[in-house]
Amino acid sequence: MSDQTAHGTVPIACSINGRAYSLDVQVNERLLDVLRYRLGLTGTKEGCGEGECGACTVLLDGLPVNSCLVPAYQVDGRSVETVEGTDEQWAAHLHEHGTTQCGACTPGVVMTARWLDDTNPEDLSVREALAGNLCRCTGYRGICEGIKATLKARQQSSNEEGNP
Amino acid sequence: MSHSDLLMKTEMAMPRTLKQACEVQSNGLHDKNDIPGMPLPVLKAAGIDLMDHWKEGLTAPGQVSNLLALRDPSLHRLSADSIGALCTLSAIADSTAVRKSAPVIAQAAESTATPQIRNVATAGGNLFQRPRCWYYRAHQFDCLKKGGHMCFAVEGENRYHAVFGNGPCHIVHPSNLANALSVCQAEVLVVSSAQGTEEPRRVPMHQLFCLPEDRLKSEHTLGPDEIAVGISYRAAPHSAHYEVREKQSFDWPLVMASVALDMRDDGRTIAAARVCAGGVAPIPWRMPQVERALAGINVKDTQRVRQACDLAIRGAQPMSNNAYKLRILPVAVSRAVRLAVG
Ligand SMILES: Cc1cc2nc3c(=O)[nH]c(=O)nc-3n(C[C@H](O)[C@H](O)[C@H](O)COP(=O)(O)OP(=O)(O)OC[C@H]3O[C@@H](n4cnc5c(N)ncnc54)[C@H](O)[C@@H]3O)c2cc1C
Ligand code: SF4
Ligand code: FES
Ligand code: FES
Repeated sequence: MSDQTAHGTVPIACSINGRAYSLDVQVNERLLDVLRYRLGLTGTKEGCGEGECGACTVLLDGLPVNSCLVPAYQVDGRSVETVEGTDEQWAAHLHEHGTTQCGACTPGVVMTARWLDDTNPEDLSVREALAGNLCRCTGYRGICEGIKATLKARQQSSNEEGNP
Repeated sequence: MSHSDLLMKTEMAMPRTLKQACEVQSNGLHDKNDIPGMPLPVLKAAGIDLMDHWKEGLTAPGQVSNLLALRDPSLHRLSADSIGALCTLSAIADSTAVRKSAPVIAQAAESTATPQIRNVATAGGNLFQRPRCWYYRAHQFDCLKKGGHMCFAVEGENRYHAVFGNGPCHIVHPSNLANALSVCQAEVLVVSSAQGTEEPRRVPMHQLFCLPEDRLKSEHTLGPDEIAVGISYRAAPHSAHYEVREKQSFDWPLVMASVALDMRDDGRTIAAARVCAGGVAPIPWRMPQVERALAGINVKDTQRVRQACDLAIRGAQPMSNNAYKLRILPVAVSRAVRLAVG
């Protein structure tokens, strides 16, 4: 069953921030390592490396996951979004509400927030959605306010676009 | 050879069909004679718990069989009485069919870990994840479970350990889902080369897990050649899952309770109850004494409900630092009962 056995490396094809990539990844390589060390997408951070802190959060097919716990070959044929693919509107609102201090958690927080943007934010409280993103600096209040403000602004601008 | 060198040598099977997965599981990736004594492949679902083991240097499997490569849609199917082994915890939590049929299962899935983890963790992986005992998870401690000669929790830090089950290993079973499934008369469906894939073996929850006194190095009774393909469960519309945690959002439960009630036609009297406590024993811990005491009680009679739930701690043997669990366990059970009534 040679075609069904991977020896050391696996060829994968995936989309990252809308761009197509073909890569050979190691069986034991994490998505986080591929992003940071192979592709130079260092916006995604490593905090704990074990699923506790959420600094490594990326969107996989639109859902937030811990890239430190996703084997890289598992993204074959799928789409990954990282903080580098985030538009400027987020930064402005988050900055205004003091969402970030040291910044280590921010890329992960932004990715979880972008998930809320793609789903219906009313279905999930921002706080609950952020259960997997630890911040040691801000106390979360600024984070929640900043996210709510951004989501609201985005909702408004998309409504305006929809009703010219 | 270093641990990371060993990991570099890991070979991975990508079975497309269950039959192939069973073959790999009984024969390994090579002719058995090629590498005498080579252990059978380790099953991998989303790999969350496996990655944690590799990273900590706890295991470096030579061969892994990646169940996510399977192309069998039944492994992802969710319904009012079944859950495919590869369904994610998010899918289970969000499923209207599961929510309606057995709220306890959806709630247990929803209260597991974080959104990031629930989006990838599978039902099968959740049931068969290894324990969280910190001595087990740290490679420096060669404890009983890892083939050593002592349980470090006995004289060490045991505040998150068991109060039932009597050792010699004092882990608590980590799975939320297992706890909830235990009150839904669930069975885990298992295939293997010997069994075939057409008629899975059905393993009831009370036979799925084993106490350390019966089996020390594994928490379940499946053979290394067996693969769980799904779970069948009975509807439990009056059911609920309740957890007490140190931190409200995202934390392992200190104690959890899953309750399913059959109500009489009057809608107020409990005809029969199934109660399972988690975070307190090496297996999901059914509480027949509480179940018997709840039967026949009018749920409005809060005093009798409370008395029945107080029986939850009967037979407990707390360790040096975890007697606090005896105070919160009856509370968790009675809150789950109240939520189950609706
Ligand atoms: C930060 C954090 C917090 C967590 N909190 C909780 C919590 O509160 N409650 C809780 O229940 N869990 C919790 N977990 C554990 C998590 O839910 C499990 O690690 C996850 O469900 C494992 O699923 P997986 O698909 O990744 O399994 P894998 O890591 O792929 O496999 C886990 C084990 O199951 C075996 N296995 C997998 N699938 C099958 C199958 N089909 N048949 C037979 N064996 C199989 C594997 O061989 C392996 O031993 C937490 C984890 C983390 C990292
Ligand atoms: S409780 Fe079990 S796993 Fe933990 S140290 Fe004791 S023997 Fe090891
Ligand atoms: S680095 Fe992935 S969760 Fe902390
Ligand atoms: S801003 Fe420092 S961890 Fe969140």
